[in-house]
Amino acid sequence: MSNTPTDRRYAKSHEWIKDEGDGSYTIGITAHAQELLGDLVFVDLPEVGSQVEAGGDCAVVESVKAASDVYSPVTGEVIAINEALDGAPETINEDAYGSGWMFKVKVTDSGSMGELLDADGYDAVIAEEE
Amino acid sequence: MTKQTVLYDTHQAMGARLVPFGGWDMPLHYGSQLEEHHQVRRDAGMFDVSHMTVVDIKGDGVKPLLRYLLANDVDKLKQKGKALYTCMLNETGGVVDDLIVYYLHDSWYRLVVNAGTTEKDLAWLAQKSETYDVNITPRRDLAMIAVQGPNARSKALPLMSDILCQAGADLKPFNAVSDGDWFLARTGYTGEDGFEIMLPGDQAASFWRQLHDAGVEPCGLGARDTLRLEAGMNLYGSDMDEETSPLESGLGWTIAWDPSERDFVGRSVLERQRNDPNRRRFIGLVLTGRGVLRNHLKLYDAEREVGEITSGGFAPTLERSIAFARVLPDIGETCEVEMRGKRLKAQVVKPPFVRNGKAVIDL
Repeated sequence: MSNTPTDRRYAKSHEWIKDEGDGSYTIGITAHAQELLGDLVFVDLPEVGSQVEAGGDCAVVESVKAASDVYSPVTGEVIAINEALDGAPETINEDAYGSGWMFKVKVTDSGSMGELLDADGYDAVIAEEE
Repeated sequence: MTKQTVLYDTHQAMGARLVPFGGWDMPLHYGSQLEEHHQVRRDAGMFDVSHMTVVDIKGDGVKPLLRYLLANDVDKLKQKGKALYTCMLNETGGVVDDLIVYYLHDSWYRLVVNAGTTEKDLAWLAQKSETYDVNITPRRDLAMIAVQGPNARSKALPLMSDILCQAGADLKPFNAVSDGDWFLARTGYTGEDGFEIMLPGDQAASFWRQLHDAGVEPCGLGARDTLRLEAGMNLYGSDMDEETSPLESGLGWTIAWDPSERDFVGRSVLERQRNDPNRRRFIGLVLTGRGVLRNHLKLYDAEREVGEITSGGFAPTLERSIAFARVLPDIGETCEVEMRGKRLKAQVVKPPFVRNGKAVIDL
């Protein structure tokens, strides 16, 4: 039984993106990604106002085990970051799909959105990896 | 095919994430490596270290053999149960393994060697002992559990036999007592107080459960690694190996130079290296900013490459990243590490970083 939320879409590189309905999208990493990484100890987020490109690396999550790039699933402008992660990166381990969100983007080019997966599609990607 | 300790099923039942290590399937963590680290620094945690190998060497030739094979001198061990940390070297001064040797009596010593090096060590011991009157027995029948932390001894002692409970209460650091096949040593690999307990394999699972009921939490290899790194303790295969000597690995203190006539394996090479001004140094590093120092990252002084990290990671007690590194002898008080295309500043320090729950370096 999968716990992957069905209210958002996913990139194969283990990010989730949620449409907030007001032209903004919230982005984070999946529960599967944080589990692979183990306890997170640092998170480097993009700057508010910076441009991110679909498939481009824009953040870093660093765990006790490894550092890993986070890729933006969409092209747009960063309009907010989750500053609480700075002092509490473990929030991503505890609640990857909720309070562990990383940044919000105003999408400027929706062309790449079609390649994103739904929850079932993402679960299939995970199953293939294992 | 990886091997499993007698506690494998117990680890699975307790939710361990099991990973291959040194030829064995071992727990990496049981949920959170960071919490397990803090549990040991603040209270009491337990580690299954049954993958390591207990080797008993008995016979009239055991003392002369070990004085020849080990860089530290077992002649220092006069009291039953006394332990000594030492390297076993090859002819070129490289480290075959690092180990603890216990003195049990004049014709019985016990070694505890690393998991990944066990077969190599046994072959080495067999080859080097041909002309000595000894019997070498790997004790595959024994399991080993490390109970570590400020409350480790008080939580573990009541669970043991009267003999061990009584003798264990007065046990000094780096000493051991035994009761039948149970062997209780006040040693560890975390920088905290505690015991390493050898016991018959068929009793290990029930003892582990009893420890858990007494409030000792299971901890995996992840926490074991960050604890030993903070405590300034080397890891074989990362910090030293057959290509590096104890003098280049921060282990000069384990070499017994006196008496000068004791001709142990590797001695002549070490004697030359001892006075070599170009000998590489082994140092501690603290990363000033954010990020995590990782094994094999290169170190720089301006454009000059000055060394490499041998083991690094995040130090949960310090909330900083720390590392050991092997460097050129003229390195200054700081150096730079290249991480993800950026140069970050690291401070050179003398390990250990943490002892008995507290930072022992200036941050």
